[in-house]
Amino acid sequence: MEVPILKQGHYLIASIQSALTDADLSQLREALIERVGRFRARGVIVDVTALDVMDSFAVRTLRDIAHMARLRGAETVIVGIQPEVAFAMVQLGLTLKGVSTALDLEEGLLFLDQQAQLRIERGTGRIDRG
Amino acid sequence: MATKGKDAQSVPADPQAQSESTAALLRELVAHLRQNRTQLREEWARRITRAQLLTAMTEEEIFAEATSVYDNYVEALETGTFEALQAYARNLSERIIPRGVETHEVVGIVLLLRDVLARSLFAKYHGDFDKLNRILDAYEPAANRIANTVAVGFVQERERIIRQQQEAIRELSTPVLQVRERLLILPIIGVIDPQRARQLTEQLLRAIRTNRAKVVVIDITGVAAMDSNVANHLVQTVEASRLLGATVIVTGLSPEIAQTLVTIGVDLSEMATVGDLQGGIEEAERLLGYKVLPLEELTPKA
Repeated sequence: MEVPILKQGHYLIASIQSALTDADLSQLREALIERVGRFRARGVIVDVTALDVMDSFAVRTLRDIAHMARLRGAETVIVGIQPEVAFAMVQLGLTLKGVSTALDLEEGLLFLDQQAQLRIERGTGRIDRG
Repeated sequence: MATKGKDAQSVPADPQAQSESTAALLRELVAHLRQNRTQLREEWARRITRAQLLTAMTEEEIFAEATSVYDNYVEALETGTFEALQAYARNLSERIIPRGVETHEVVGIVLLLRDVLARSLFAKYHGDFDKLNRILDAYEPAANRIANTVAVGFVQERERIIRQQQEAIRELSTPVLQVRERLLILPIIGVIDPQRARQLTEQLLRAIRTNRAKVVVIDITGVAAMDSNVANHLVQTVEASRLLGATVIVTGLSPEIAQTLVTIGVDLSEMATVGDLQGGIEEAERLLGYKVLPLEELTPKA
């Protein structure tokens, strides 16, 4: 099942609706990285609220997305990890090091806004086109 | 029922006749106990006091309880059914356990009653040794069974209370408190075992979700000791909270715990730590963008 990717301002939002196969995940990764460049996105949000299981491949793919998107100039935040999923992930040692996380979509958007603000303050970011 | 556990020497040829005679003997016995009720239960209460049992209760209370135990005892002997006695024993235990009555006291008083009654039987039948033998044959198994029932009832009641309290402690042991919008506090007190650590993490994660918490302060002032297991649980809790988008600040590490952790080489570099709870809350407020000011500074300038 293909994951819809929505463009919202300077951000891309990928909302996962159901359990994904490894192929779906790889496809999501490629589509997101490609679109970061096409839409000149500054932020990527991956919403995993609907997932009640997260295996090592999914976690690795999410981490890869975050790192690749950063190389392409976009900050990534994973939102909506369920409490049980978080617990299971930590027990398996899949802790998404170096990847930002937020409670839900709203928090994720807020986080990206803050990051953009910080970059402007530090003078390292792109000029806000908004 | 009362025929169980009979001595081999007194087993006659016809078990039917024997059980009938046992019933008759028990009837006689019960009649005797009813007749001497006042005198026997007074004797019993006296011996309880003399043996320094049930010191948590006053003499009047002992006498009142002794009376009802006596009546229940005689009734159990008469009917051969123990349900009523069992219920009474449970009820009695429920009343006396909170007052600190010990198991040995309960067993002691039941055995005392058994002795008192046996003595009175000796006194009554000492002329007729054969009859005394048969009476005791009927009385002893029933009396043992009664003692057993009361003791087991008491212990069961105690165990029930202990279980109940354990449950209550478990429930109480992990409160997750919201102190400000989006700021939670998790005070941990006592020993953390794997089961509790798991429950703690689960509760915290659920609370983060329902309260939409952004910062969590875990206060471990009340944790006496920490080993690598506990430390790893703590690290896991912090990591899991971060996956939900919440920052965790750990406060109240005692000097001993800090030394232990460094000595055993647990990696706490991922964890934000602040000395005490106050500092932790201040740090959390800073992260959330709160600033606490004295009221004077808030009044608008003229």
